[in-house]
Amino acid sequence: MPDTLTLAIMDAPYEAAASTTALRIIAAALRQGINVNVFAYEGAVSLTMKDQAPHANPVKGTTVEEEDHPTTKDLVAALVELGSSAPSLTWVNCGLCADERGARNWIDGVKRGSPADLLEMAAQATTTLVIPTK
Amino acid sequence: MTQSDYVLIESRDPFDSADSRFVPETATALRVRGRAVTVYLVQNGVLASRAGARGSELPRLAQAGVTVLADDFSLRERGIEAGEMVSGVREASIDALVDLIMRPGTKTMWH
Repeated sequence: MPDTLTLAIMDAPYEAAASTTALRIIAAALRQGINVNVFAYEGAVSLTMKDQAPHANPVKGTTVEEEDHPTTKDLVAALVELGSSAPSLTWVNCGLCADERGARNWIDGVKRGSPADLLEMAAQATTTLVIPTK
Repeated sequence: MTQSDYVLIESRDPFDSADSRFVPETATALRVRGRAVTVYLVQNGVLASRAGARGSELPRLAQAGVTVLADDFSLRERGIEAGEMVSGVREASIDALVDLIMRPGTKTMWH
């Protein structure tokens, strides 16, 4: 049975370096053939919001193209694609957290769930890493 | 009791976190009890790895037998080169971190 890594993340997008580190860990694990489960809760449910858009920077006078601003929804979409078969990436957003924030329009490949999913993911994982907000 | 290895991930800048002694104290306590311990510095946690960082706990950790690694990406983001790091700290990739935390019997904690 392949190894499985479960991650619980809670930082909102564009606020904390931990989001970048979490995405790097997920990518590295998938590249190593490790199945990954992600339980995104609290602000992290917004990482996958479909309506995110890159923007220009009027302060610097740069265009959208010049800024080349990455969005977390595109980064997660790339990981979903990477984990679309084997190894697999299962990404679950906390439904209550999403409802509170009105953050329900997600990219494809993201599921709605509850803390019970995190419990199940942790029980089946080789290891579980919780990355809390500071 | 099961013997576990421990990976402690330190993401906090020791100069702006009131609880920056938590990881060194925990790592040292685990080493005293004979456990294998790795501290992986990431994000602003790598700021403690600079040779000139006053009061850094890292040399003492290395002397105690704790493996101390610093995330290469975080080092590059902050302009810290390998030659500038305190002795006993090694640069490592995120792949190395994944290898460590996926070892059977390893407990991992983020700080």
